[in-house]
Amino acid sequence: MITPELFEHLVELAALELSSQEAEYLRQELNHQLNALQELVAIPLDDSIPPALHGVSYAAEIRPPIREDEWLPSPHVEEILNQAPELDERYIVVPDIPHQDLE
Amino acid sequence: MDLCDYAAYQLAWMIKRKQVSASEVLESTLKRIAIVDGIPGQLDGDISAEPDKIHAFISLTAERARLQAQRIDQAIRAGEEVGVLAGVPFTVKDIFCVEGTLTTAASRILSNFIAPYTATPVARAEEAGGIMLGKVNLDEFTFGSSNESSAYQPSPRNPWNTSRVPGGSSGGSAAAVASGEGCLSIGTDTAGSIRQPAAFCGVVGVKPTYGRVSRYGLIAFGSSLDCPGPVARNVSDAALLLQVMSGVDPHDSTTANLPVPDYVTDLEKPIRGWRVGLSPDYFRLTYVNSESGELEQQPIPEEYRQAIYRVAGRLAEMGADIVEDVPMPHTKYSIPAYFVISRVEAASNLHRYDGVKYGYRTQQPVKDLREMYRKTRGEGFGLQPKLRILMGMYVSAAQYSEQYYLRALRVRTLIRRDFETIFDPNGKYRLHALLTPTTPTTAFPIAQVYGDSVLMQFADQLTVAANHAGVPAISFPCGFDPDGLPYGAQLIGPDFSEDRLLRLARNYEIVTESDQWRKRFPPILNNLPN
Repeated sequence: MITPELFEHLVELAALELSSQEAEYLRQELNHQLNALQELVAIPLDDSIPPALHGVSYAAEIRPPIREDEWLPSPHVEEILNQAPELDERYIVVPDIPHQDLE
Repeated sequence: MDLCDYAAYQLAWMIKRKQVSASEVLESTLKRIAIVDGIPGQLDGDISAEPDKIHAFISLTAERARLQAQRIDQAIRAGEEVGVLAGVPFTVKDIFCVEGTLTTAASRILSNFIAPYTATPVARAEEAGGIMLGKVNLDEFTFGSSNESSAYQPSPRNPWNTSRVPGGSSGGSAAAVASGEGCLSIGTDTAGSIRQPAAFCGVVGVKPTYGRVSRYGLIAFGSSLDCPGPVARNVSDAALLLQVMSGVDPHDSTTANLPVPDYVTDLEKPIRGWRVGLSPDYFRLTYVNSESGELEQQPIPEEYRQAIYRVAGRLAEMGADIVEDVPMPHTKYSIPAYFVISRVEAASNLHRYDGVKYGYRTQQPVKDLREMYRKTRGEGFGLQPKLRILMGMYVSAAQYSEQYYLRALRVRTLIRRDFETIFDPNGKYRLHALLTPTTPTTAFPIAQVYGDSVLMQFADQLTVAANHAGVPAISFPCGFDPDGLPYGAQLIGPDFSEDRLLRLARNYEIVTESDQWRKRFPPILNNLPN
């Protein structure tokens, strides 16, 4: 069960600002989804069953060779930079970064 | 029948022989879009606007397409070699980067993003001469099975009945193809997002083997599950597009370094002696009791079951051997495992949207960087991405990951083993393919399911196991329910068996060619003005 306190903690970690209406809906749906997971937790699993990160096993013979670690120029530097919400010449501008004095 | 209603392979043939020009085909398609599509999806748009239109598009790039068509026509006039899709119009789900186009993922957070490069599957379709018409709508970041979660409204509607959803998340792709708004579309499938809308809209959709088609330039959702694939009106066209899209890509190290077979030439060869399985585990539906949390089962609608058994009968007429009672015991755990794996991967992939380098940034005053992140993400993401981020963070948190994430990955091994057992060439079943319904129901009414995130997820329960296992699958139309909505049949095969699945589905098309149900067209295409 995701309590309001735990929910607040998750929202903080996820860096989301929510309206109270959104928060109510999301917490309710999270708990519905957790209910749907009860069966998963109950499945008897033999210790010998390994986790699968991918369905298809990547046998060495079908893996493409690793690319050379080469520097390649991008033809689109200006287009990419110009997508930044705030730009000062070629620097991307952000608000103050929270910090503590080291003194 | 207008030019835009012809099959892709017919158009390519006619264009190469100068019977018709790429520009004429394009103008016919643009005219159809102007008649049936209505206003495109837009931010803060009215969900109920023009309820009798399709609304497949977010951005139609007609001038870009006209330039492409002119280049094809010039090349053909000059006697130059052109590709297999020369002059064939296609759409792209707006989750793929296409250079110079708005690429939104149907989300406010990318509502101003112009892609600086083109995704590999799209680039390959364009290199083969395909004409890119524009970007079609989807569930926000592909998170849904109805298209209702798109930040761009009105979201697409089902061409067979515009009060129904087109399915999702490649709903714009399926609705566009079914309506003659481009012969082909490139979609993505993470839990059924090509096959389910293809079934709902009465078209063909292929989820290739994981690694068959490059994900380079695809905005990621579940990186271990996402597969780009074709949506088409017939099996031959799907084979043609898959042929072009497939193959190893130096930009995606998860693509398989395997030669791509010829998907087209052998499509109509016989299937005599091929073993096609039916599993009782795919004819019962599993739901979670929201009170007790227990899984409850009920049979799929009887008419739908009969429709799939009729497909088996027709494949048998073509010489296939039908094998009944094939056990797929872990199918019922597919959705619970997916709730965990896909959320962890989605949360990880969505952390990059922070309002710094590209995309939406809050316009409100902020005191520091963290507040900017929170406001940007709070305003930029819709409810479904927020839900996936929060769930993904919860089930992967240090204290829960053993119980949820690692467990789900181990259940994934069991789901994979179900498929390995039935496809083992030396095993008891030795199947070439498993035949199942694609979806638990036909297309449901708009607003009936949306909002209940658990019930919506269960729309994928017959498709998602193939994504866990990485194996290929195809959905193709096989008749209509009593309300006139299409049924979809699904064939699932072993790794890299797309050629066999396409051949089985094409054989089914051949044997049903003169069936009455094949003569139906979406009602939205009736009484088109000349």
